[in-house]
Amino acid sequence: MEILVCIRRVPDTSENEIQLNAAGNDIERDDLVYSINEWDNYAVEEAIQIVGRVGGNVTVVTVGGEEDEEVLRRQMAMGANHGVLLADDSFAGSDAHGIATILKAHVAKGHYDLILTGVQAEDGGAQVGGMLAAMLDYPFASLVNSIQVLDGGKLKITREIEGGNKEINEIDLPCVLSIQTGINEPRYVGMRGIRQVASVPIPAYGVSDLALAPELVGTAAARLTRVDYFVPPAGKGARMLEGSRKEVVEQLVELVRTKGGLR
Amino acid sequence: MPEAMQSPAEATYWLIPGHFLFLIIHTLGMACFAFIVVQRLRPLLRAQSDLRWDRPWLRLGRVFQFWLGQWKHPRYPGAGLMHILVFAGFLILATRAFSLILGFQEHALFSGTIGRVYDAVRDYATTIVFVCMIVAAVRRLLFKPARYAVPAKYGKAHTGDAVFLLGLIALLMAGDSLFEGSKVAFEVQRGGTSESLAWLSLPWLVANVLSYASPAALQSLHLGGYLLHDLTFFFLLCYRPFGIQFHVETSLFSVFFAKLDKGTIKPVRWGLSDEQLDKVQSFGVKTFEDFTWKHMLDFYSCADCGRCSDNCPANAVGRPLSPRFLSVKARDYCFEHYPVVGKANNGTPLVGTIYSEDEIWSCTTCGACEEECPLLVEYIDKIVDLRRGMVDDGKVPQSLQKPLRALESRGNPYGKMEKKKAEWIKAETFRKTCEVKVLDGEAQADTLYFVDSVTSYDDRMQAIGRATARILDRIGENFGILGSAEKDSGHEVRRFGEETLFRALRDHNTEEIRASGVKRIVTSDPHAYNSLKHDYDGIAPVEHISQVIAREVAGGKLKLSEITDRKSVFTYHDPCYLGRHNGVYEDPRTVLDAIPGLKRVEMNRSRDRSFCCGGGGLMTFYEPQEEQRMGVKRVEMAAAAGANVIVTACPFCLMNVEDAIKVSGMEGKMAALDLAELVERQMG
Amino acid sequence: MTQRIFAYVQHKNSGLDDSAFELAAAARKIDPAASVTAIVTGSGETLDATCAALSAIYGEVWKIANPALAYPNAELVRQALVQVVPQGSIVLVAHDHFGIDLSPGLSIKLKAAFVPDALDLKPLGGTALEAVRQEFGGQVSTHVRCDISNGVVINVRPGAFKPTQEAPVNGRVVDKSAEVSALKSGRRYCETVLAEAGDVDITKHAILVSVGRGIQEQDNISLANELAEALGAAVSCSRPVVDAKWLEKSRQVGSSGKTVKPKVYLACGISGAFQHLAGIKGSPFIVAINKNPKAPIFQIADVGVVDDLLEFLPEFTNKVREQHMVAH
Repeated sequence: MEILVCIRRVPDTSENEIQLNAAGNDIERDDLVYSINEWDNYAVEEAIQIVGRVGGNVTVVTVGGEEDEEVLRRQMAMGANHGVLLADDSFAGSDAHGIATILKAHVAKGHYDLILTGVQAEDGGAQVGGMLAAMLDYPFASLVNSIQVLDGGKLKITREIEGGNKEINEIDLPCVLSIQTGINEPRYVGMRGIRQVASVPIPAYGVSDLALAPELVGTAAARLTRVDYFVPPAGKGARMLEGSRKEVVEQLVELVRTKGGLR
Repeated sequence: MPEAMQSPAEATYWLIPGHFLFLIIHTLGMACFAFIVVQRLRPLLRAQSDLRWDRPWLRLGRVFQFWLGQWKHPRYPGAGLMHILVFAGFLILATRAFSLILGFQEHALFSGTIGRVYDAVRDYATTIVFVCMIVAAVRRLLFKPARYAVPAKYGKAHTGDAVFLLGLIALLMAGDSLFEGSKVAFEVQRGGTSESLAWLSLPWLVANVLSYASPAALQSLHLGGYLLHDLTFFFLLCYRPFGIQFHVETSLFSVFFAKLDKGTIKPVRWGLSDEQLDKVQSFGVKTFEDFTWKHMLDFYSCADCGRCSDNCPANAVGRPLSPRFLSVKARDYCFEHYPVVGKANNGTPLVGTIYSEDEIWSCTTCGACEEECPLLVEYIDKIVDLRRGMVDDGKVPQSLQKPLRALESRGNPYGKMEKKKAEWIKAETFRKTCEVKVLDGEAQADTLYFVDSVTSYDDRMQAIGRATARILDRIGENFGILGSAEKDSGHEVRRFGEETLFRALRDHNTEEIRASGVKRIVTSDPHAYNSLKHDYDGIAPVEHISQVIAREVAGGKLKLSEITDRKSVFTYHDPCYLGRHNGVYEDPRTVLDAIPGLKRVEMNRSRDRSFCCGGGGLMTFYEPQEEQRMGVKRVEMAAAAGANVIVTACPFCLMNVEDAIKVSGMEGKMAALDLAELVERQMG
Repeated sequence: MTQRIFAYVQHKNSGLDDSAFELAAAARKIDPAASVTAIVTGSGETLDATCAALSAIYGEVWKIANPALAYPNAELVRQALVQVVPQGSIVLVAHDHFGIDLSPGLSIKLKAAFVPDALDLKPLGGTALEAVRQEFGGQVSTHVRCDISNGVVINVRPGAFKPTQEAPVNGRVVDKSAEVSALKSGRRYCETVLAEAGDVDITKHAILVSVGRGIQEQDNISLANELAEALGAAVSCSRPVVDAKWLEKSRQVGSSGKTVKPKVYLACGISGAFQHLAGIKGSPFIVAINKNPKAPIFQIADVGVVDDLLEFLPEFTNKVREQHMVAH
């Protein structure tokens, strides 16, 4: 099976303190460390496991620039067979629709049975997978936490819905799935593995390679643009209990007693 | 009455002339043994190389200490005494055994007085060995010491095999005694004496018991005794390589080739340069053949005594690790895949078959097992090699992946920002009384205080950093810290199998340390201490703060005031990486005893028998399967010793002990603090 | 605003939930004067009941009844919507597991823009709209500008738009089923597997002691267990605790876990991600205990304690025990 996994390099939420900058209109970007979007990591692991069971290749692709190559390499060190960078000046400023357009152009050039994305990235949008599927007219399923390959070009997948329930579907290939965290336990990628793929070539494709009209992507084509970052004013918020721990405990006990209707 | 007893060589055994029969038995026996030994050497020829030929005189000295001198045995006094007696007996009797075999008849090895003394010693040796066999068998069958027990998941009990072997050795002694005793009884009947036999020895007893037997019977018993001894001897010789008794032959070698440098970790491959290492296909131990020949020899040498597991803290708290069974399972695997008769089949992965992943991750590398083993079997290097294999295959538990990623991107396992590494020196009240230099190229100092990650970033452990800084300040040390230029020492990164990341951290720190121009290094973290001392090279010499304090207290530069709290009873918990791995036991105690009025008690398990707190570095992130926390057990030990304050000299020990106090509900009844904190308090 | 505003409301056998009201409230933010059309898909009699209930909130309710839509398969619902919704419209959908499945593709097929997970909406004169979103797990907020000249699909965060007290509307129900044909998809619904019952039903407890990542280790959950026992409460948790396998899924409160309606909710070491809060209904008394004074949970809690969880809980438990407090 030929699997394409669309990944993204994002500021790592656990190893960064996301704060507003001094001007108050963007996040502080000095000192940020980046890594692969957590959801995408699960997706790549899933792809590697599927290919391990049924054979085939895993290609990881990202839209970005030179600095994004490191996540492609890391996923190749993990076990992906090929890495592809989609880079062009005209891609800058693309919104999710633009990204999906670029990815669609790449998919159209090749032949992939299955396309995976993570459910969402740090912006919490959860858009690209669904948009890409609709552009390709492939069936789509989001929040997938289990994949089983069936005969005859079909998959049996499970979606995570409310209440911890699971929705079981059958879906035809080729299709697009967005992968939820917890679907598997991603394997560790060590420094040594990354060093070993340090010189593997990663092709970069631009607008001409993808036969893409530049006006469909980039800042000009974006319909959703970020105006600023801000931290909402504190607002009412919680009444903070003051005093020594002993005093706070006493206050809290009283509050819980009355509010909880306890004796 | 026949004039003299026929010797076995002269006699005829069922129509076969004696000398011929025994020639056959001896030749076949030796050939069989040689064949078996060659087969047992087969996997070692396929193993990885191991450089163990260096410092031969030191190694020889250790052979005298640990092999001949049985140095570790008395740590378990009862079994230890028995083993020393049996071992001595074996050595004494070996000379006799060879003379019997080669000469087929009795040759006086030594003449005159020496000869008589030797004969007496030999007789008593036979007796003592025989008695020890009986005692050992009774102990195994009736008293069943706990460390011999085999948990169900590891298979059947080993008691049967043990008693079988004990019986065979007893039979060997019996055969010899029968041979001797019957001869002397025969001579006594002809008017001789039994003086040649040592009084009350087994041969002597046999001679007396047989004094009324007929000459014909005595002749039969004499010949039979020899045959019994001979067959038993060669059976044992050829049987030993099939089980734990192989240690009789291999122990000399396992001791000679044993690891000399405590606290170090073996390289990924011996004898390879860094460039060559980059080309190596696979890191670590994944199949049996990835072990070095010395490690395979260790599997042969394990005597199944259970002392390692008896002292293993992971085993004590119910983690899936038992060092004894690491050896036993590997040995069984080896015997199965490299049979003496049959084709070798090799190359199956070990983790997932004989070992589980959790089993290998459970080890805190405390070194209690290695400290205990009388055969100097090594465990830590094997565990690290197995971990290297798992890391190479990506099989790292999720709980460890996060800190490893953080170490790679931020240089510390918490993912905290580099620029905040020296924040601890800026604490309000501290800053007013103590200014800590950051050696960033402009500032210079003689001494580097290597703080490492936990002391720099953990809210509680920063107190150790501040206390250490104040102490260095008080003794007039010209010191500084590297600040954000300092990355994690990488001590656990290496011991958890991520060698490449470790080297990156080490190389970075080495460069920074060298660039700072410091002449010596001090640290309050035993893990950093061990790493800087043993994993790094080409940097200034390193000491632990407890060593510095002890020196200054002895020299009078640091005066410690009297303890005001009369109710506190202190006990010192030896951190594994300060104590067992580096032999620093006395300095911290000297410091405590220098505090006037301080009441100190010693826990049962102290010094080289100290019980690991639970582990440091990456181990604090791992989620083990266990029945209890190691720290809780340790706190219980402190309480049992009558203490209500635990003093330790390691931030991880302090963390684990403080957590354990909370979790076991002993808050208010037990307190914990670091040696540096206590000294800071008492220095005023 | 010249564009028509639609709200896709999920038909559930259990009747209308909050989203029906929230979508109406969100629409009012875009254009207070507009008449909003609800669209409902499904099959059977219960669908009519849903439409009737919706007609009290929306000026018009479009009913699409089709056996293929008996189970809400987002792929089929999308096809149906594309056949009835005029291009250039504004379509509001709840940002839940269904909305995530439906909307991105719907925006493509309608050639409209897409705003995911909006917390607030503000019209910017004619062809543009400003929305408030969150990024980095809720640590920062952002204003985004959307060009809606060709229409827009907006996924609305559940709970972000408080239903307002409006007079009931007398909307009309329009049956649009005939305009929908040939629903076929490469994705077919098989069945729903319910979450395992687990030993404790957290939805039935009046007091919940809920733990999050701040509990740090599985062993520390014993501190929560002790408090729960002392209070006669149950222990629940947020998603990271389940992902780490420290507690079973049946204990999870949140959009992919259980929805709970306790009287008192003790959020211990929980940062306050919206997916977790989405599982708390009924305005309980929320107590937040967290080491980080900037944790988002303090925004929505009633009472806050900034302290080390591992130290605070045992003391609190002791006091509770001392006072012999027991839940009815």
